[in-house]
Parts: sequence; structure tokens; C-alpha cells
Amino acid sequence: MAGLAAAFGSGAMTNTIADIEEAEVILITGSNTTENHPVISSFVKRAVKFRGARLILADPRRIKIAAFAHKWLRQNLGTDVAWINGMMHVIIKEDLHDKTFVEERTEGFEELKAMVEKFTPEYVEEITGIPAQDIVDAARMYASAEKASILYCMGITQHITGTDNVKSLANLAMLCGNMGIRGGGVNPLRGQNNVQGACDMGGLPNVYTAYQPVNNPDNVAKMEKAWGVTGMSDKVGLKVTDMIPKAHGGELKSLYIIGENPLVSDPDLNHAEASIKNLDFLVVQDIFMTETAQLADVVLPSACFAEKDGTFSNTERRVQQIRKAVEPPGEAWDDWKITCEIAKRMGYTMDYADSEAIFREITEVTPSYAGLSYDRIDVEGLHWPCPTPDHPGTPILHSTQFPKGKGTFHAIDFIPPAERADDDYPMYLTTGRVLYQYHTGTMTRKTDGLNERAPGSFVEISPQDADKFDIEDGATVTVASRRGEIQAQVQISDKAVTGTVFIPFHYAEAAANKLTNAALDPVSGIPEYKVCAVRVSKAA
Amino acid sequence: MDPENTLTINGNILPFSPGETILDVAREHDIDIPTLCHLKDATPTGECRICVVEVEGARSLLTACTAPAGNGMVVYTESHKVVESRKMLLKLLLASGNHNCAARGSDDRDWTRFQLDVHADDSSPELCPTWGDCRLQDLAYRYQVTGEQFPRTDVPYPMETVNPFIVRDFSRCIKCGRCIQACCDVQVNNAISFGYRGADAKVVAAGDRPLKDSDCVFCGECVQACPVAALVEKDVRYHVRPWETKKVRTTCSYCGVGCQLYLHVKDGRVVKVTGVEDVAPNYGSLCVKGRFGFNFIASPDRLTTPLIKENGEFREASWDEALDKVAENFTRIKNDHGPDAFGVLTSARISNEENYIAQKFTRAVLKTNSVDHCARL
Ligand code: SF4
Ligand code: SF4
Ligand code: SF4
Repeated sequence: MAGLAAAFGSGAMTNTIADIEEAEVILITGSNTTENHPVISSFVKRAVKFRGARLILADPRRIKIAAFAHKWLRQNLGTDVAWINGMMHVIIKEDLHDKTFVEERTEGFEELKAMVEKFTPEYVEEITGIPAQDIVDAARMYASAEKASILYCMGITQHITGTDNVKSLANLAMLCGNMGIRGGGVNPLRGQNNVQGACDMGGLPNVYTAYQPVNNPDNVAKMEKAWGVTGMSDKVGLKVTDMIPKAHGGELKSLYIIGENPLVSDPDLNHAEASIKNLDFLVVQDIFMTETAQLADVVLPSACFAEKDGTFSNTERRVQQIRKAVEPPGEAWDDWKITCEIAKRMGYTMDYADSEAIFREITEVTPSYAGLSYDRIDVEGLHWPCPTPDHPGTPILHSTQFPKGKGTFHAIDFIPPAERADDDYPMYLTTGRVLYQYHTGTMTRKTDGLNERAPGSFVEISPQDADKFDIEDGATVTVASRRGEIQAQVQISDKAVTGTVFIPFHYAEAAANKLTNAALDPVSGIPEYKVCAVRVSKAA
Repeated sequence: MDPENTLTINGNILPFSPGETILDVAREHDIDIPTLCHLKDATPTGECRICVVEVEGARSLLTACTAPAGNGMVVYTESHKVVESRKMLLKLLLASGNHNCAARGSDDRDWTRFQLDVHADDSSPELCPTWGDCRLQDLAYRYQVTGEQFPRTDVPYPMETVNPFIVRDFSRCIKCGRCIQACCDVQVNNAISFGYRGADAKVVAAGDRPLKDSDCVFCGECVQACPVAALVEKDVRYHVRPWETKKVRTTCSYCGVGCQLYLHVKDGRVVKVTGVEDVAPNYGSLCVKGRFGFNFIASPDRLTTPLIKENGEFREASWDEALDKVAENFTRIKNDHGPDAFGVLTSARISNEENYIAQKFTRAVLKTNSVDHCARL
């Protein structure tokens, strides 16, 4: 989210899900929307089918939503900055940008203009493989709309240039004045149910709740007072992607992992496993005995969403309730209760009657949630920011001003992906999700029907590549990268683009992340899951 | 009241906005006109004709879902003509196919024969799977009709049970088309349509193949839309009756859309999920994970007790023992190595409250800011 925060001062979906249906043009990139956010994809499809919206899709794979696209750009992996700059080149050259918006609401336009100067459609074609004319057409289509919405997901962020990619999309939206209006915006689609909430609540090393920086002494003082403690750190903490190497090096002694399974989701799994084994003391709190929990010194059983009260914040910043429907199994507890009990035993009292009492405390220290209460979100959730009890919530961000004042254009040059295909590893690998499974599969794989539809890992490969490497549909192959190898079944599919294979990351037994690259985006710390070089061969 | 835009329904003078149908106006004013095929937010088809109303001056009855409200119209929603028409339609619907609930056969003298027939049809000793939760049955009671006046027409199409989620029972389909609208106009998955003509009409997936071999993505929108027992969740069929369950409203725990859903709970277990109609963000829609992916909740693999590892093996422990052990070790490491020796991973899957508590613990107790979660988007 660092990219959006840099451009606008706030890094969340700027518009609502329902808003998508009002857009005249929708640009989707790096999101296999029908599989990862099925219900959002229906809003897009309805807009196209019934409201005459035009869809631009930038995605190399023939994903389902491609059937609805008016313009489909199949860029080479890792070349997003280039095609976005190319579109802006055309828009500026043909004078299609929103001059009033650029003038009044933004800064840095001249730098942007100078940067995109060299990104002519022809130059962009060279880098991205997208025909020059398609860049021109897409640019005109996007710029022609009164209101155009941009939707993106991990296909944009999981690159070493992830932050740059996001800033580029923000550039494009501001250039055409698509901010702060219905049917517009830059909209990251959150993969997991409560990523938004985890971030809002300060589950990040650099900020408290509502993105209040931890390295600001006023904030530290405020939180120390609210929590009744002293001596809190004003240093930015470690990102998860720094924790693993520090554990490997022995500086990090202990991890307390709540509801995560980094041993399937982390990039470069072999290294992660060795690092975690090197810890002095590992506590894992989860609903299942995950691959990570297997390595723990203590495992604590927690209640799942159906067994507790609380709130989730969805991808459109809407805070919604969850309610207890059934009892947790055995002795499992709510996660908050477990953490509070540990705190108490370490001499600090954290005592709450229920999750609503915690929510009240949250509203006291979290400006964007200050006006919310369980009562107010009982029937329909509200969008933060909602600063006061009579504030109606904020469905659309930045309608008059950005939190940082003016929106900033970032002039961004193209950097090629960290790892290139070569003679030893001639193909690219990209990873992602499938409709019937979720994340590391710990939940979905417990439903037989979902497994029947998506039983095991597979390697998706184009018919041309299958021919070239003499591989049959259904055969078991070995996929090797510089970091490891896995075996999986081949699915020959015209979804795949020649030269690139796709592997879903849900399956522990053939974890795609044994192959992926831990090279990180320098700002966000997001690993480059989406591009690495591999070799595919028939399994011995 | 602007006399330009008013009409009279059952003697009440009501305002309307141009473009509204008679049904829209009636619903806004809590006047109940029954419907079977009408699906909110989709283009009305007038397929089932249950919503007919009498309009003064009109030569025939009009379908309220398609007839635009007109200035000065005088409408009756339960007149003799209307009721007779609805009764006839219902009788025909009950006679077409296998509507073997009490509504069709309760006054049949040969009850044993009736029951045996039911069992043979359904290969189950139970009443129709949606008995008590069926729009057709409700209307049959409301208008006090059975299907016995007409000979029962048999449906030549066998039941489809070959996918893991949805049973399609063509013998109970009333061809209202709601499922098709749900699939093509709401979800826009375009997996099903009407195939064949006349009496052989059938809802088909591409080339009349089973759903599993079609474009169907098992979102279940069609199941939620079906007013009868033609589309039922496989695991729910005969196992779950609506009066046995309690519904709890909550938020889906899979992706970031945060769909609003009802968990249907029977004997302390979640047995079915439906979307909450009319509220954001999903307005009743769900995907296959949200609707069918709930078995993990009651999975036998759930962790049920704290575990402590000893000599490489886990053993069960009490909460007190496990929590003491965690607190002791955290305290020891903090004393020996300082706050920088810790990392806490909180989660995109737990609640806001729990994330808040996790970061508060990290910052106020462990005294470090090294708290993060794995999913960065
Ligand atoms: S389950 Fe969904 S995709 Fe399949 S037929 Fe029903 S509405 Fe269409
Ligand atoms: S399957 Fe159900 S919803 Fe579809 S046409 Fe038949 S009765 Fe109507
Ligand atoms: S039902 Fe599907 S689309 Fe809706 S929140 Fe759940 S996983 Fe996401």
C-alpha cells in the first residue's frame, strides 16, 4: 500500500465496490477477479453487460474476465511500469488529460511528463510485447471516460517494482482526473478477508492504528498514556520479510505467530523453514495444525470466525460485524483472550469483558474509527474514515482534497524484473490463487467439494510450450528454479501465455513458493512472487 | 400529492415515479402481490403470471411485474378474477412434475399409495426437500389449491447429482427462469439458459451437459433464487429443514469483499450458508467458497487443546500450563536479549479487535514495533 500512500497520503481502495457499476471504463490489471474476488467480478461484468462500460484488461493470462474485455493487453511479466507510462505518454501527447484536476489537485506533473516522454508506443511495445496500436487505443479509451475505475490486485504488487507499479496506476488516475468521483478511483482488491483491518489496526511495524507513525514522539506519548505504560519503542520494527533472515542469523529469538502459515505462503520456503527452526522459542496460535505450527514449541488453539464476535474491515474500508454462531471446538479460545492472558502473566493487565469492549477502546485511539460502534454497523457496515458518532462514513476518498494536500505524481522509470529467463531456466513462473481454494488451503481444503473441484497443485502451460518441451496433459513434471524444485501435474491450457507457467500457491505438498524469489520491493517489503525463472522437465 | 403521478391500488391512492411497475409501487406501500419468477434487480420476464392484477378498463389481466404504473390506473390485486386466475396457474404448476408435498396430495384417499410414490420418486423416505421452505407450497396454501384436478405430467429428465454442491431436480422445476436470471443477469456467469421447446423445456447448461462440465462456477446464486426444490444444496437436501435451524448473520471469512451471509446452524453446527439480500456489499450474492466452504469449521482436524512440544513430540496441556510456559519464555528472552529479539505475526484472518490486541501486546508488553502480517495485499 506504500505506493498509494505516497501518491495520495492514504493507501486503501478509494471507492466502493458498488461504485464499479457506475464506471464508464474499467481498467483491471494483476487481478484474476473472477477467481479471487468473484462477487466483485459480478459488478464488473454487470457494468459491461448492462451499462455499456468498456473494460481494459492488462494481464498476460487468458483469465475468464478476458472474455468481457474490449481491449486486452498481454504484457510481458514484470513490465507494468512500461505500459502504464506508455498510456500516459499517449494521453499527454494527444492532450487528453484533465488539465483542471492536474492544475488544482496535484504536483509533480512536469517531472512526470518528462519521464514518460521516452515511453513512445513503439518503445513500450519493445519492452512489454504489447502492440503499439493497442497502447494507443487503451490510452484513448481510458482517457475518454468521464469516470474510469482502476482495479488491481497482487499481480501488480508482488514484484520488486510493486510500489512503482501502484504509483504508476495512481499517476494514470490523477492524470485523467479520476479521483474523488463516483465510478472512478484506484482500487486495490484485498486478497484476504481482513487485510484491511489488520493494517488499520496497526498490525504493521511502522504504524499504530489508523496509520499513526510509531516514530513520532507525540504518537508514542499518546499511546503510552492510553495504554498506561512507559518505555515503548519509537523505532520502526521489523517487517515479516526482515524477521525471517534475522531469525536465520540468530538475532531474532522468538516469534509469536497468530493465524498465519508462513511456511506455505512465504517466498523461498526452504530458507524460511531453516530460519524458523533456528528460533529459540516459537508460539503458534491457529485453528489447525499448520505446517508452521508443526515447528512450534507451544501451540494454542483458537476459535474461528463462526465462533466469535468482532469486526472485519473489507477491501472497500467497510467495517462489518462477525457474530458467534457456534461454540468453538474443545477448549479453543478467542485469539484476543489468549493474547490478553499471556500479557497478564507477563505483568500487564489487559482485561476486556468482550470484543465490543475492545472495539470501544479502538475507537478512542483510532481517529478514522472514532465514530463507529457495534450499534451503528449492526445492519450495514460503514466506511472509514468515520471521525464522529454522527458522521455517515466515507464511501469515496479524496473527493475534495488528498490527506497530504496535493496528490503527487511520481516520475518512474522502468526496471526489469530481478530474475530473467536464461539457458538453464528458460521459462518464467508466476503464481496465484484458484477459485476453489483460499490462500494456503488450511480452510478450503477441509471441504471435500472444493477439493473435488481443485484437488491438487498443477502447472498450467501453453499448448505451444507443451509441444516444445514434449509434455503431455496430466503428466507429472518437475519444475525447478534456482531455489528448489517441486513436482506437479501438467494442465495444458490456453489460459497460459507461451514462455510462462502458472502454479497456484495453495498446496503445501507442492508449495510453489519453494521456487519463488525472495527479492523484495524495497519500500513495501512485498516479495517478488509473480516472476521467477524456472525449468520444466518430465519427472524422472 | 401530484395528481399527475398517482394510481389506485385496492382503493388506496398512491404516488409513483415514472418508470415504476405496478409491482414496484405495490411493494413500496406494503401491498403484497405474490410472485414466483420475479427477481429483484433483474429485468422482469412475466414468465410465471402469478403476479397478475386486474386493471379497470384493461381487456385482460396484467402481470404487475411488467406493467408500468399509469396515471389514474385503478388496480385490484386480489379480485375474484385475479384469485381464480392464480388458482388455475397454481393447479397447473402443481400438476406439472413432481410436487408431491401435502399441497398436492393431502386429500388423496390412497395415502399409502401416495407415500410410496413419493419414496419411489425421490429415493428417500422423506417429504420434498424444501417442504416448508417453498414459494409454490406457500402459495398453494394461501389460495387453497391442490394439483389433483389435472393429471400429473411426468418430467423425462433425470435428477443431476454428479457435482459436489448442487442437486438439480428437473421434476420439480416450474420453469420460472429465476435461476437463469441469477446466473446471467446477477452473477453474469452465463452458465445456464432455457433449452428445448414447449413441454420439453428445461434449464440447461451449455449443450445440456452437467453443471460440472459447463461454465458453472458453483456460486449457488441459482440455488438461492430457486423458489422450489428444483435446485438444492447437496448436503442440505433432506438433512436440513428450515424449522430446525437458527440463522446467524455474519461476514464471510475468505476474501476481502466481506460478503454478508447467514450461517444456518443446526445442533450446534453450521449446515448451510446463504447470502444476506438487500445489503451491501454483496446484496445476496456469494461465491463457491463463501457458500460451500464452511466444512472447516467443524473439521475433526481443528485444534482443541493447547499443545506443548517435549522431545520433539507434542503433548496436550492445560491452558494454565501452556500460557505460563509462553509467558516465562517471553520474559526470559526479553530479559536476556531485549525487545528486538521478538517478532509477532498477526493475521489478516482474525478480527480487528484481535489484531488490535496483538499489536498492543507487541508494543506495550514486548516493547517492540516488530509486528506484521503475511498478506501485504
Ligand atoms: S451455481 Fe452460479 S454459475 Fe452455476 S448455474 Fe448457478 S448461478 Fe450459474
Ligand atoms: S430451477 Fe428453480 S429457479 Fe430455475 S426455472 Fe426451475 S424452478 Fe425456476
Ligand atoms: S463469498 Fe466469496 S466473494 Fe464473498 S467474501 Fe466470501 S470469498 Fe469473497
